[in-house]
Formats: sequence, C-alpha cells, structure tokens
Amino acid sequence: MTVHPFAIELLQLLILIGLSPAFAGWVKVVKCRLQGRSAPGILQPYRDIRRLFIKDVVLAENASWIFRFTPYLAFGVTVLAGGIIPLVSVDLPLAATADIIALVMLFAIIRFFTALAGMDIGTAFGGMGASREMMISSLAEPAMLMAVFTVSLASSSTSLTQMVTTMGQGQFMIRPSLAFALIAFIMIALAETGRIPVDNPATHLELTMIHEAMILEYSGRYLALIEWAGMMKLMLFFSLGIAAFCPWGIAANGDLLALALGVAFFVLKLMLGGVIMVLIETGMAKMRIFRVSEYLGSAFLLATLGMMAFFILE
Amino acid sequence: MSNSLVVQLNLLLAALILLTSFALLVQRRMFAILHIFAWQGFFLGLSTAIIGYATGVHHLYLSSLLTLGMKVLLLPYILYKLIHKLRIHREIESMINTPTTMMIGIALVIFCYHLTAPIRELSTLMTRSTLALALATVMLGLLMMVTRRHAVSQIMGFLAMENGLFFAATSATYGMPMVVELGVALDLLIAAFIFGIFFFHINTTFDSLDVDQMAKLKEGD
Repeated sequence: MTVHPFAIELLQLLILIGLSPAFAGWVKVVKCRLQGRSAPGILQPYRDIRRLFIKDVVLAENASWIFRFTPYLAFGVTVLAGGIIPLVSVDLPLAATADIIALVMLFAIIRFFTALAGMDIGTAFGGMGASREMMISSLAEPAMLMAVFTVSLASSSTSLTQMVTTMGQGQFMIRPSLAFALIAFIMIALAETGRIPVDNPATHLELTMIHEAMILEYSGRYLALIEWAGMMKLMLFFSLGIAAFCPWGIAANGDLLALALGVAFFVLKLMLGGVIMVLIETGMAKMRIFRVSEYLGSAFLLATLGMMAFFILE
Repeated sequence: MSNSLVVQLNLLLAALILLTSFALLVQRRMFAILHIFAWQGFFLGLSTAIIGYATGVHHLYLSSLLTLGMKVLLLPYILYKLIHKLRIHREIESMINTPTTMMIGIALVIFCYHLTAPIRELSTLMTRSTLALALATVMLGLLMMVTRRHAVSQIMGFLAMENGLFFAATSATYGMPMVVELGVALDLLIAAFIFGIFFFHINTTFDSLDVDQMAKLKEGD
C-alpha cells in the first residue's frame, strides 16, 4: 500500500510542527541529566508555548508592521523549509521547488527579518543582538554553502532529495571530503541555531546573548511563534545533517512500511543527534564574541578543505 | 584488505596530514602545537606503512618505524623538555590574524593542486593524487615559519615542512633509498639539538624567543 505524496508532505509538516517542542524538551532533559540537575520534563516546551499563547501581547508604542509581521514570517518560512528537507521520505512534491541553496536563503530571510524586528523598537539590546547576529550569519553562511556544496559534489546534484537518494544507495567508501564537510556542518549548525560555543540559549545575561537580545521585546503569542520557529529550526538543522550525511532509513517511496520505518529511524537519529549536541555543549564553554570569527573561519576552512579533498583525492 | 580500501585509507591519512598542518598554522598554544605535530608524525608513519604494505616495498616499514619513533616520540619529547625548561608555554602571537592566514593556506593548497596536475596525469603510482597534499604540507610549513614570530613555532614550521617533504617522497616515488632516509633522520635529530642550544642562547641574550627582538642592532634603548 502506498501513500500519496501530498499525504507524506502533510505527515512531514505534522512531524515537524508537532515534534519539534518535544525534541527541544529532549535536549533540555539530556542536558539537565548530564549536568546533575533535575529535568523539567520532555513536555515542558509545549506547556511554555501554550502559556505564551494565552498571555496578552505587550507591544511597544513605536512598533511598526515589521515587528508584528516577523513572528508569522519566521514560523511560516520555517514550516516551508520543513516541506523541502526530506525528513522521512524523499517522495516530496514540494522538494522539487527548491534546492539546498534556496533552503539556505530561506533561513537567511528569517534571520534578516528577525534582525530588522530587533532594531525596529529602537532599544539598545535589539540593535546589539541584530548586529551580532548579522556578523555571525555573514560568516556562517559562506561556510554553510561550502559544506553543502561538498555534499552536492559527491552526489552531483543540489536537490536535497537527489542527494539523499545518491548518498543512501552508494556502497561503503571512506570519503575524507564528507568527513570534513560534516565537521564543518556541525560547527555551523551550532552557530546558526544559537547553541553553546557561540550563543547560550538558556541565558538572559545582557552581555552575552545574541538571539535572545533580538527577541527581547516580544511577548505573548508573538514570542510563542518565534520560540516555536526556533525549535523547528533546531530540528531542521538536524534533519538537514541527517539527510546530507546519514540518509540511511529515509523512505525512497510512498510505501507504508518504509514510511513507518522512516519515521522510526528519524526519531531515533534525532534523539542520538540531540545527545551528541548536548555532549558538545557540555564539554565546551561559550566563547568570546570576537573569537566567533575564528571559529566560523575554521568551519569555512574545513568545508573548503572538504571540497578540495573531493577534487584532489576522489 | 583489498587494494581499493588501502588506497582510500591512504587518501584519508593524506587528508588528515593536511588537516594537522592547517591546525599547526592556526594553533596558538605551544603545547597544543607539539601535540598536533606528534599527530602529524603519527599519520605520516601510518600512511608510509600502508603504502609499504600495498606496494610491497618493504623498506618503507623501516622508515615508517623511524618516523613514528622520531617524529611522534623523540622530537616532541625534546621540544617539550626545552619549552618546559625555558618556560615559554604561553600563547604566542602570529604576524597576520588567523582567518587571513587560513585564506592564504587555502590559496596555497589550490596552487599546489595546479602545480602537481601534470605529474598526476603522467604518474601511474597509487599515491599520485596525494602528491598535491604533500606539496601543500611543505608550503603550509613554510607559511607557518613566515607568519610566526616565536622561534620555537618557527622550528615547528620547519619540522612540519620536513614532514611534508618525506610525504612527498613516499607519494612521488614510494620513498627515498634507505641510506638517504637514515641520513635525513639523523640530520633532523642533530638539528633538534642545535635548535635547543640556539634557543638557550637566544633566550639568555634577549630574555625572549621573539625573533622581532633580533631586529635591533644595539643592546638596551
């Protein structure tokens, strides 16, 4: 029995929207366990989001339409990105509309509008957060593109579904280029999703926050949407990593059994990836903001080395 | 082991050697530089042994052992003692900032790739594609010598260059004759001792191993 592609697409979006708070909760639980604290439970993000939706919105007097529009845009674009990345199956009608470069640009749109919204109110923190975020993204984006280009070279396509198909079928081979690209990708993903060596998602300490500083003025349902989009973004970066570097288990067609297996594999890989990220986060300290350029420079270097290793060695 | 797996392993090791030479280029801490240098020697020795296994050139085993002994254990140990004795293990500054150095390094790798392209076309050895990386390792060692201000890290650049030359020899011709390799190893050992004596003298004369101090002609002022 096969499932219609649009049904798969819908299933993916449901998984993305429904499971991303649970994934964020899972990361938090593992982290708490590792640091010897008692965990708030895997469902806490759902409760947070519900509470924020109930609360009233407090809006600054001089907030323009950009400020009110950004949360919806962030949420909507993230969901759209979720329709392009193959999470459980490659049989996606939306995937044909955008390749991996367009995907990187979708994330850039979110960042652009969040930075604008951060500056819109005119508070010092918003501007500071926006300028820092822009600095980081201007360094992270070329590295990100280099890393995904290396995978595109190995599978000779920039379409994500094509990449998954080629990478999943190939026989076992030691590929230094992909190893470099993977390390670079992990480094960039940590920076882009605002995790520890670059930004600390758990803090509201004035001098160190980046992403939190931009969204400091948001409240109520706007904040809920932005937080939710952030959780989805975290999950999407993991899915992107899984799709590009470890695509085994993603269903090749709409077969019901393969689809169920795909979902199971996806959840399993996400949980494992979450544990790995927590290990990285616990093992490292947050770095000074001026060290970030070196960190992202190394990521760019690794991605470029991966690409050159592909040309020279393979 | 099948032959293709051996080739792939060798390529992986070549990539790791290149990675370690980039790590040497950007690393600031003295002891970390030593560790990375030891790792580079380790990958180099392993790669030599693998080439020896794949080609049946058995004296490569001996030079692999020599590399492992010299560059993984003996030289880092001597330098470690030296750094400890002279108390110079603090962070060291380079002339150019790190991202720029990395960009220059990447440009050098591309340059080496183009430089060795004709050899890659003509050669029939299984190691022909690693020659570009070996040459790049030499260049990166040279770059490290140019960009670093500190005498010890310049020596590390020199030793990394020697690693690159050794790697180039194994990938271009399956290794130099045994006599030459023994001679080079002995030279390296002697060089390490001479460096040690020089460091000691520079340090007592200038109270620092920063080579910028040597640009002054007069004492004092």
